[in-house]
This record gives sequence, structure tokens and C-alpha cells, in this order.
Amino acid sequence: MDASPQMPTLSKVPRILNERETKIVASDVNVYYGEKQAIKNLSIDIPDRAVSAFIGPSGCGKSTFLRTINRMNDTIDGCRVTGDILVDGKNIYDRDLDVVQLRARVGMVFQKPNPFPKSIFENVAYGPRIHGIAKSKADLEEIVVNSLKKASLFEEVKDRLDHSGTSLSGGQQQRLCIARAIAVNPEIILMDEPCSALDPIASARIEELIDEIRQNYCIIIVTHSMQQAARVSQLTAFFHLGDLVEFGDTDEMFTTPKDKRTQDYITGRFG
Amino acid sequence: MTSWTLLIIAALTATGFFVGQAKAQGLRNAGTASLHSLPAYHGLLMASMALAAAGITTLAVAAIAGPNSLVMPAAAALLGTGAIAASYRIITRDFRARNRFEFFVMLVLIACSAVAVLTTVGIVFSVLFESLAFFSEVSPIEFLFGTHWAPTSTPPSFGLIPLLAGTLLITFIAIVVAGPLGLLSAIYMAEYSSRKMRGVLKPMLEILAGVPTVVLGFFAALTVAPLVRNAGESLGLNVASESALAAGLVMGMMIVPLISSLSDDIINAVPQALRDGSYAMGATKSETIKRVVLPAALPGIVSAFMLAISRAIGETMIVVMAAGLAANLTFNPLAAVTTITVQIATLLVGDQEFDSAKTLSAFALGFVLFCFTLVLNYIALRIVQRYREQYD
Ligand SMILES: Nc1ncnc2c1ncn2[C@@H]1O[C@H](COP(=O)(O)OP(=O)(O)OP(=O)(O)O)[C@@H](O)[C@H]1O
Ligand SMILES: [Mg+2]
Repeated sequence: MDASPQMPTLSKVPRILNERETKIVASDVNVYYGEKQAIKNLSIDIPDRAVSAFIGPSGCGKSTFLRTINRMNDTIDGCRVTGDILVDGKNIYDRDLDVVQLRARVGMVFQKPNPFPKSIFENVAYGPRIHGIAKSKADLEEIVVNSLKKASLFEEVKDRLDHSGTSLSGGQQQRLCIARAIAVNPEIILMDEPCSALDPIASARIEELIDEIRQNYCIIIVTHSMQQAARVSQLTAFFHLGDLVEFGDTDEMFTTPKDKRTQDYITGRFG
Repeated sequence: MTSWTLLIIAALTATGFFVGQAKAQGLRNAGTASLHSLPAYHGLLMASMALAAAGITTLAVAAIAGPNSLVMPAAAALLGTGAIAASYRIITRDFRARNRFEFFVMLVLIACSAVAVLTTVGIVFSVLFESLAFFSEVSPIEFLFGTHWAPTSTPPSFGLIPLLAGTLLITFIAIVVAGPLGLLSAIYMAEYSSRKMRGVLKPMLEILAGVPTVVLGFFAALTVAPLVRNAGESLGLNVASESALAAGLVMGMMIVPLISSLSDDIINAVPQALRDGSYAMGATKSETIKRVVLPAALPGIVSAFMLAISRAIGETMIVVMAAGLAANLTFNPLAAVTTITVQIATLLVGDQEFDSAKTLSAFALGFVLFCFTLVLNYIALRIVQRYREQYD
């Protein structure tokens, strides 16, 4: 650890955190890829029922930190995580934690839409099937339809649920992936640049969707678009070279950033 | 005369290159405006013209007057020089030699692919004609549906069915052995093994693929066949000393590397994003493989199986050595059987007059075999095409 003089002293606890329950508590998290350290001593409290945005220049560790929350880093060779991450007060890096169950609680939406080469129905039914959530066929159908409705995709696909998920447009595919993620009723949804492969109209629909469902989930979205962060999130975290520089109320961060680096980044002076 | 002609063509080609390049270089040095194409392109173009003119002339003369005629080198020299002279005049500052040269590149590429196509066509026709000669002596109905194969007895009988049955039986055994082994080891290599393990396994499998089938054949005859027989006898079964089972087992081992290495590539081609999507939903590794990776790779795996099957059908050596020559119509894997390829080989070995029904029947067998594998390969190709479209 380099103890650089300008280590971020976290701003006062964001206002919004006092109003909502805290869902995720990370303390002193370090992530290494082999010898290279990608996340340095990161601590953060993320609230429930709100959207938190992660912003920062490319390669600063946003995706890396996001993947620690559903332990997707486990699938990467040579990736090592130290420190504690608590979800609802329980450490998800405990030895006896069931990763499979954790991932059912923490859904993820990827940068590039990745529907399975199966029917639209089967894509959404995937999670409920492997976790045995549906009790009957009718139950499963209801889950699928509801998830598609929540992802505001149902109207567009209701008469072709048996078509391949890969036959949809990019924006529809991404909404399908969101439907797939919410079909197992997760508590947390991680989104890694969910709109970066989409055109502005499709992005706007995803943003609307995020806004509609945020009451029921703890949502974390990584984005490169300041405007998107400002539009959809209540809290914003700014990452820089593996450090969490600043985390706070979105409106405050964009109007009165506390750190020089945050200010430089959001005004476009580097990135 | 041929060697002289070849020498002349080579000399003309080289001359063409240097003359063309020199003229273009001269133009370049003389003027202020730049050339459209680099001098080397002018040289290449002129060389190609000379080569084409002289080469085609040679072939034409050889076809008409025979390769020993004195006309051949003379005509080649004349037309080659003519081509150089003609193209010398058209080299100007603006001449698009670079674009024109593309045409020759294309011609060469077409010629190369034509060789493979023409060979195939030639083989098909030669086999077809001999088969037709055979069918003028033996009726196709008798050949295709006859259940008795005895080409050397008097009178001979040419019933394909026992051979087809033998071929299918051995192929079936081979696929039953190699399918699961190959596919499961591919899954292990692609999804479970560490990179180090894979680095050991894959070359080992490739070594197995490289074992000549003759060697596999005597492994089958000397090791596996007696083993099968002893095992069968200890169970109280009556096993022929050369059995379909022994040949099928060894043939299965032969195609394991084919299936596993093709399937391994296909499984690796399934985008990582699909696996990540599945893991992120909370699926375990085997669930991910079963529900996402394999369904996505299925068309490719099916076509790998098809290729393996046509390989097994065409295999001769192992069967000659391990399954015997008896044309029994049976589906009992413990009996001796024979296959289409084995019969072709035995029919054509040694001194035979080439127009008896006995030898001609080999071509008819070959034709049947060809149609069979053609259909299999066609199906495999169609499946692969559908598979290609899928991820885009
Ligand atoms: N699988 C990996 N193996 C090794 N190093 C990695 C791996 N993934 C990421 N890194 C490194 O970790 C650092 C953080 O990467 P990360 O992907 O988290 O950045 P990011 O903030 O998401 O960037 P972007 O905005 O470009 O997506 C980078 O320096 C990257 O090179
Ligand atoms: Mg990223």
C-alpha cells in the first residue's frame, strides 16, 4: 500500500445513507490480479432501494470492484480479494458462504447483452429453473411474464416468447438480460455499463426501467456517461487508479465535488 | 523439348519483370509527376503477361502437336516476347499496374482451387463409369438389395447388404466408444482442466491421432481381439477370433482424438459472455455446461460426430486386420464381419484382369461408399453453417 498524502478521507456520510438501510458494507477491500493491485483499501457503504453509480476513468477498477460483490472474480484465474464485504451484515467472503446462493441474490447485467441461445421464455426461466423457484408450470410462466413486464419488454415479445433470445435487437436483448436477472428475485442488481452497446433511445428505455424498479432493489450501475449517472443515480462513487476518491449524493457530487480529481474528471479535464 | 520450353518460359518471365520495372523506373526518374503504381508492380504485371502468354501457348501446342514437337519452344518464345513487347508499349505514368496485377493474383488463386475441384470431379467420373460397366453385368437391384456377398465363388453373387451391415456395425461400435469418451474429454479439457493439464493432454491426444492406422490395426489384431475373445470366453460366450467388437473398439480409439479435439475447439468458441451470464445467475459449473455451453455448441458437436463417422466408415486397415473377411450378415458384435472398404481392398489386390465383374464390383462399392460419406459430410456442413450464424 502506498500511503499517498492525498488518500481520500471519505466525505461526511452521505445524507441519503441516513434515510435508507445500508445493504452492502465493504471495508478495506483489496483486489489483486496476480501481482497487480486493482483495488486499494476500499471501504464503502451502499444503501438499499437506491441507485448508486460508479464512475471513473477506464481501468480504475470499477468493474473489478463490482465483480467482488457477486464474487464473479472467483472465475478469473489469479484474482485475489482481501478484506470484508458484508451483504445484510453477513460476510460474503466467509468460508461457509454458498456462492451459488449469493449470486441468486445478487443479479448482474453485463456490458454487452448476453442472452443465451435459447428462446426468450427459456432465457428468463433459466434462473427460476436452476434454483427451483417455480413450483409448477403455471408458476414458472407467471414468473417469466412478470419479469418481462418489469423489464418493460413483455409488450414487444408477448407473441414470440418461443423465438430465440438472440433474434432481438440490442436494446431488447439488454432488457431481456435484465428480465433474466430479476426473475430470481434478487436483492441487489449489478450493472456494468449496461447501455454502452446501445443507441441513445434504447439507453433511455433502460434508464427509465432502472428508475422504475429502483424502489425494490439495491442497484449499482457502472457508467462512463456523466449524464447517465446524474439522471439515474441517487449516489455516485468516483474511482481513480484503484482508489475510491469520493462517494456521496449524486447532485452534490456533480455540483460541488470535494476532491480535485473528481472535479477534473467530471469537467472532462482528464479521463 | 519440354525442359527447353520450361527454361524459355522462366527466362521470359524474368525478362518481363526486369523490362517492365526498368521502363517504369525510367519514367519515374524522368518526370516530376509521380507514377500511379510502383515500378515493381509494372514488372510483376509484365512478368505475369509473359508467363501467361508463353504458358498457355505451350499447353495449346502440346495438346495439338504433342510435347516433342520443335514448335513448342518456338511458339512459347514468340508469343512470350510478343506479350512483353505489347505490354511495354502500354506502360505509362498513369497505367494502373497495381490494380491490373490483382487480376493475375485472382487467376492464380482460382487455378489452385480448381485443382481440388477437378480432382474430385475426375475421381467421381472414373468411379462412376466403372460402376456403370459393372451394372451392365449385374443388376443394380441385385447389388443393392442382395443379401449374399461372394464375388469369387461360381457363380459369383454380389449382394451389398452384408457389407453394409458390417460397415454400420463396426462404425456404430466405434461411435458408441468414441462419442462419450471424446466429448467428455473435450469438456474436461475445455472447461475443467488447468492450462497446464490441457497443455499435456492435447498433445497426447494428437499423438494418438497420428498413430498410423496400420499400427492400430495390428494392435487390434494382436492385442484387443484376443482380449475380447478371452473375456467373452470367460463369460461363456462364443467369440470369433476376429470380431466386429475388437475392430470397432480400436476404431473408436482412433476417432476419439478427432472428436475430442474438434469438440474442444467448438466448446472454446462458445463466447465467455454466455458462461459469465450463467454463473452470474448462480449456476454451477456443470449446470452451465449442460444448459448453456453444450446447447450452444451442439450443432458443432454434431458435425464433429458426422466427420468422425465418415472417417470410421472409410477406415480400412483396422478392419482388414481385426475383423476378418467373412461377409456375414449379422448384427452380433462378437462375430466376424467385413466392410465395404475391406472388400474393395481385397478385390483389387494382386493381378486381376480389369474387366471382370469381380474387379468392377470394387468400383460399385466405392461409389456407394462415396455417396454415403458425401451425404454425411453434406449434413455436417449444413449444420456447421447454421451454427456459424448463431452468435452474430
Ligand atoms: N482479468 C484480468 N486480469 C488481469 N488484470 C485485469 C483483469 N481485469 C482487469 N484487470 C486490470 O485491473 C484494472 C482494473 O480493471 P477494471 O476492468 O476493473 O477497470 P474499469 O474501471 O472497469 O475500466 P473500464 O471503464 O475500461 O471498464 C485494470 O488495470 C485492468 O488492466
Ligand atoms: Mg469495466
